[in-house]
Amino acid sequence: MQDILNQIFANDFVILALKLGVLLILLPATLVLGWVELKLGAHMQHRVGPMYPGGFHGWAQTLADGLKFVMKEDIIPKAADRFVFSLVPYITMLGAALIFVVIPIGPKLVIEDLDVGIFYVLAASSIGVIGILMAGWSSANKYSLMGALRAAAQLIAYELPLVLTAAAIAMLAGSLSLVDIVEAQGPASQSGWYIPFVVYQPIGFFIFLTASTAELTRPPFDMPVAEAELITGAFTEYTGIRFAFSLFASEYISMIGLAAVGATLFMGGYLPPFPALDFIPGPAWFMAKLSTILFLLIWIRWTFPRLREDQLQKFAWKILIPLSLVNIFITGALKLTPWI
Amino acid sequence: MGVVPEDLTRARLTGSGILRTEEMVLNIGPQHPATHGVLRVIVTLDGEKIVEGEPIIGYMHRGHEKLLEQRDFRQVTNLLSRMDWLSGINNEIPASIAVEKLMEIEVPRRAQYLRVILAEINRITNHLMFVGSFGLELGATTPVMYAFRERELLQSAMEMVTGGRMHFGFIRPGGLKEDIPRGFVDLALRGVRQLVKFIPDYENLMMGNEIFKQRTVGVGVLPPDLALNHGVSGPILRASGIPFDVRKADPYLVYPEFDFDVPVGRSGDSFDRYFVLMEEMKQSARIVEQALEGLPEGSHIGAVPKKLTLPEGEIYSRAENPLGELGYYLVSNGEAKPYRLKVRTPSFSNISVVPHMLRGAYVPDMIAILGSMFFVVGDIDR
Repeated sequence: MQDILNQIFANDFVILALKLGVLLILLPATLVLGWVELKLGAHMQHRVGPMYPGGFHGWAQTLADGLKFVMKEDIIPKAADRFVFSLVPYITMLGAALIFVVIPIGPKLVIEDLDVGIFYVLAASSIGVIGILMAGWSSANKYSLMGALRAAAQLIAYELPLVLTAAAIAMLAGSLSLVDIVEAQGPASQSGWYIPFVVYQPIGFFIFLTASTAELTRPPFDMPVAEAELITGAFTEYTGIRFAFSLFASEYISMIGLAAVGATLFMGGYLPPFPALDFIPGPAWFMAKLSTILFLLIWIRWTFPRLREDQLQKFAWKILIPLSLVNIFITGALKLTPWI
Repeated sequence: MGVVPEDLTRARLTGSGILRTEEMVLNIGPQHPATHGVLRVIVTLDGEKIVEGEPIIGYMHRGHEKLLEQRDFRQVTNLLSRMDWLSGINNEIPASIAVEKLMEIEVPRRAQYLRVILAEINRITNHLMFVGSFGLELGATTPVMYAFRERELLQSAMEMVTGGRMHFGFIRPGGLKEDIPRGFVDLALRGVRQLVKFIPDYENLMMGNEIFKQRTVGVGVLPPDLALNHGVSGPILRASGIPFDVRKADPYLVYPEFDFDVPVGRSGDSFDRYFVLMEEMKQSARIVEQALEGLPEGSHIGAVPKKLTLPEGEIYSRAENPLGELGYYLVSNGEAKPYRLKVRTPSFSNISVVPHMLRGAYVPDMIAILGSMFFVVGDIDR
């Protein structure tokens, strides 16, 4: 089994196909994740969720939703800036999809192992907010504008703790490359033990989860799209497939992207928890860890009420940033010990 | 609107280099997810801060009071349950009490007990609705589903008796339309016991949640004197610390025979209003249990003439509705129809303090305030 897998992965063409496959699979993955979220949320609320489309537990619900979005009328408000307005879905999707370029899914399965991997991830993940700002500005709608301004404020507040957490990880691994970071949680570590960084970085993991929820503008940090206040925030004027892409698809792709980053930075990516479990291929481990983080994100979403914008800022600047500085200090102290 | 963004956010640099901002007028509603119904609020914003907020009512005016003048005294109850559509039975009861008092009809004790039971179950279903939807407005999607799980059982108990789930039309002058069916007592007891069992869940999910506290504590404070001046009543008044409850202050039906408390809040903020709602459900559950256990035998309706012709005269009858004091001022000129039936609805008076509470709040606070003022638009507009 192991030999066959090794042979398959040694083939350059297979690797290229798999790398391209990662990008091609993103759209179907959003549909699956959307369905999973519908079902999980339903069961957390004593409901069953979609049951009919597709037959088995409504597996085709998100497909049907997508089809519905395609068939809706495409409306652009008269006062809107047409060019910017129609550019938005591309920008938000681009920002969401770019992360996957540097995520190592298996031992050799990474589209491009950049030396500045983490830096690139953080930069790419903020592109989406430009899309939200553009949507808010170009829609000529007061709700959209307020939503966009909230999103911008939120980005500034949450990018910092995210960067500081990533800095702590880079300190532990001694590299910015995501492949090196994964390897540093396994064979390349000082002790040679397979210890994921979440063990050394529980605070970092908490900050990462919080900040990525804020970055995804999902509850409890969904003020930019708070439906009870701003209808749909920046995307109030969007309809049909534009709406589906700029809000849902980009949210789910970013969610998968950030969960993948979390799995890579904190849970050891494609590495098995013990060397003895090596016979299970890396991508399977990666998917398992990715799903764990996705489940956490969905769980948070269905539990908490929404914060207020000023409270969120307070939380970011007065709690998360000092906490992440403390985290860096602890990491520095850990580096002095012989274990890492 | 057709307004270009440049006009909305024009910010000019003044000579001193301080950024000057302009106020923005935002129209919220009548079609907006936060106003659950067709309430319209025009707010003037300075950034996210509300400078001035003005609720505009009347989008659901249906001319109830005029329509009531065309109905006889049995048909009147059916129309009244459509004002506050979440608590139909509670709307019907005081109208029948007014007729009974004018005609001096004796209502059997069984009918009075059943009225109390139905009214209190209805109060619980009404409160559960607001307990759930307040969470929804703050962005938590789960409490509403939990609340509706318990609401469903009590609703089916109501449906078992009246055949309706919203507009019951079950109260008649002199008593009730019919006696209760077999099995109702068990179902109602099961419903209230399940509710009491699961209330701690809601409390943990909402009132124990740090984010919920941050969103509600100190938000939308309603001082007691302001509340009194505006005729605020019900749970909102009690949350401000005034223990006024018509069931205790001016008892009707057989309420004095039951043992229940009037929960009051301390600071009158959104959190206290939510807390009072939660506590009132427990008290209502107590009343329902006591009434079901002590349910007397007898007839469900007193001796009522076939044609209800009221003697000339006028009467004011009031009751504690789930949302506040409901009053009917009935003027009869000796015909089979009311000459005038003036309605004093709780939501109409309660909503009048909203402009005072909105001043200086943030936009998200507006949602918390409107959500915790517990109004039904049909009750405001009639």
